[in-house]
Amino acid sequence: MSGKGPASAAADPGIGEVRLHVVSGKGGTGKSTVSTALAIALASGGRRVLLAEVEGRQGIAHLLGAEPLGYPERRLLAAPGGGEVLGLSVQPEAALLEYLDVAFHLGRAGRLLEKLGAIDFATTVAPGLRDVLLTGKVYEAVRRRSGGEYAYHAVVLDAPPTGRITRFLRANGEMAGLASGGPIHNQAESIMSLLRSPRTAVHLVTLLEEMPVQETAEALEELRVAGLRTGTVVLNLVRERLLPAADLPSAARGALDAGAVSAGLVTAGLGGRTPAPGRAFVPAPGSAGRESGTTERRAHPDRTERLARLAEDLAEEAAAHAARALLEEELRGTAISWELPTVELPALGNGVDEGTLYELARHLREQGMVR
Amino acid sequence: MTTVQPAMLKCDELLADRTVRALVCCGSGGVGKTTTAAALALRAAEQGRRVVVLTIDPARRLAQSLGLAELGDAAREVPGVDDTAGGSLEAMVLDMKRTFDEVIEAHATPEKAAQIFANPFYQALSSSFAGTQEYMAMEKLGRLRARADHEPAGWDLVVVDTPPSRSALDFLDAPRRLASFLDGRLLRLLATPARTGGRAYLRVVSAAVGGATGVLSRVLGGQVLRDVQAFVAALDTVFGGFRERAERTYRQLQSTDTAFLVVATPEPEALREASHFVERLRREGMPLAGLVINRMHPPSAGLSAERAAAAAEELDELGEHATVAGMLRIHADLVRRHDRERARTARFTGAHPEVAVVEVAALATDVHDLPSLRRMGRALASG
Repeated sequence: MSGKGPASAAADPGIGEVRLHVVSGKGGTGKSTVSTALAIALASGGRRVLLAEVEGRQGIAHLLGAEPLGYPERRLLAAPGGGEVLGLSVQPEAALLEYLDVAFHLGRAGRLLEKLGAIDFATTVAPGLRDVLLTGKVYEAVRRRSGGEYAYHAVVLDAPPTGRITRFLRANGEMAGLASGGPIHNQAESIMSLLRSPRTAVHLVTLLEEMPVQETAEALEELRVAGLRTGTVVLNLVRERLLPAADLPSAARGALDAGAVSAGLVTAGLGGRTPAPGRAFVPAPGSAGRESGTTERRAHPDRTERLARLAEDLAEEAAAHAARALLEEELRGTAISWELPTVELPALGNGVDEGTLYELARHLREQGMVR
Repeated sequence: MTTVQPAMLKCDELLADRTVRALVCCGSGGVGKTTTAAALALRAAEQGRRVVVLTIDPARRLAQSLGLAELGDAAREVPGVDDTAGGSLEAMVLDMKRTFDEVIEAHATPEKAAQIFANPFYQALSSSFAGTQEYMAMEKLGRLRARADHEPAGWDLVVVDTPPSRSALDFLDAPRRLASFLDGRLLRLLATPARTGGRAYLRVVSAAVGGATGVLSRVLGGQVLRDVQAFVAALDTVFGGFRERAERTYRQLQSTDTAFLVVATPEPEALREASHFVERLRREGMPLAGLVINRMHPPSAGLSAERAAAAAEELDELGEHATVAGMLRIHADLVRRHDRERARTARFTGAHPEVAVVEVAALATDVHDLPSLRRMGRALASG
């Protein structure tokens, strides 16, 4: 996990003050995993952190194999050193009813509005109001106090994906403009000022693949134009490089020395006699290489041929690995060129479970995203 | 352990079937719907079909290679397509605002249309409303099919990508949700000023409604509600049109000349979404062609992970052949990863043994030009 950019996360002076961590990323990049690991990291050392999702996706509950999150906040995880992570799934309908109740003391009238479809209307249809309500609930949680202190040390928001994140966060600005006057207008303005303040950071999760990196670059530009602050770029699911760096270009071309590979396999106890050295693998376009291999093969392949075949197949796998490793290296360069704090999270063998979340949280702390 | 062997999805047979005139690629976000749609469209075209592919928000490089460098919702011919089999390929990007405008234009007088276009509520609705993209994707599919039906020499296959919704089901549900909203009780109530007089209970209802709109007005700010009311009044003539259209397009999806392809990756969430979608299609009587499982990682070599790992360790201990040790580790990783992928897909095929499946191996690099789309097309066809 080297390769941190010139601006590694530890160098960012302001991160300690951030109270709202918005985590976005292209679909499939592991937004919910990173959000959960970040919440654990923030809660480490005896703090209380809220982990909120806003799309009703229940990504966090699935991740933890837990009951679906609901509207009342509930304890999800313990963090090292006595901390705890609470979970919340913000539902716009509930948020609106709660809001109406607090602002207008609407007990029965609230239910009437619901019957008329006004709640549906307001939350699924009124442009941007849904996002205003969702961020509104998060805003409330960020500012909530109990006993003179903040109820939560920090709030982590598992936010909509990069394609929608700027629109989501800007909804309050638009609402403030659209609803001239009225309590929603005022609230929208206060939410917007929190989102634009140094107390909020938008972290972007990406894989070292072309499309997610490109979408991240586009999101960064949109966020910048919208006046929203970017926090850390999280390079997720980074695979370990398994070949010596010097071998990557030739491995990617399928040009590793076939004789040397076969010799290595023999040494490892996987083959018969060593074929003549010096022959390079022919680059195999698609599966064509394997097909020709099949036709050339005699009915009773001897050990030498089996060995050559094994070497060829392994070379094909190595070629894909090397091509990907080279692409990752190039894309890491792109990410570094953004000059933002960057952390890398490894791809861990067996998918994500609770144990791996703690390990990822440890990585985030060690790389300085959380102190 | 016995695993259910699902039927093999034969993409070439599907593409060759001239009775199939619309192919809809669905699935949750980030599974490769757009590239799957583009790869199948290209393959169909090069096998002799006259294809139009509707993409939604394609990555820039893919858009460029499809000749879609400039935005705009006109279909453009894709350069570099092999037309020796007599086929052709045109591509387009969904422009939801433009499509919505066209729906309005088709149903309202020019003056009414102008009034609607100028309304701030319509402007928000047509560009940023949750569900508009899905509705307009479906609307566009309906229009492309209508055009294909009217021009016998034109397209004979429409391939559509669906919006990157959180749930694949949104593609089916959002249009109805929008149509029912536009026709909904609430909007009608908002559009009708509370009447006075009449029977006693009506007065009560009116008062309640008046109270409710009053609250909405206080919550949203008065201007929003006035915009909505003006919008609804202007839209009045269009209402029937909206509902009918949404219903008609929805029913078209049930006809046998449509085929759904569900796209997933061997990740739990993507497979869960695929599962929901498959069940829904069955309930609705919508024709499912099969499931594409993208980005599988099948190993090439037949060596077990354990032997490969042990052999790599052996070389490490000897301090020799670092490259070969690395290759063996790559193989061991790949085998284990593929085992996990198989276990996850087995859960899907166990629950849906009747669904034909094709597994597509991950390509080492992104798919963004015609050669890589062809490669993906071959993989889709051969499994």
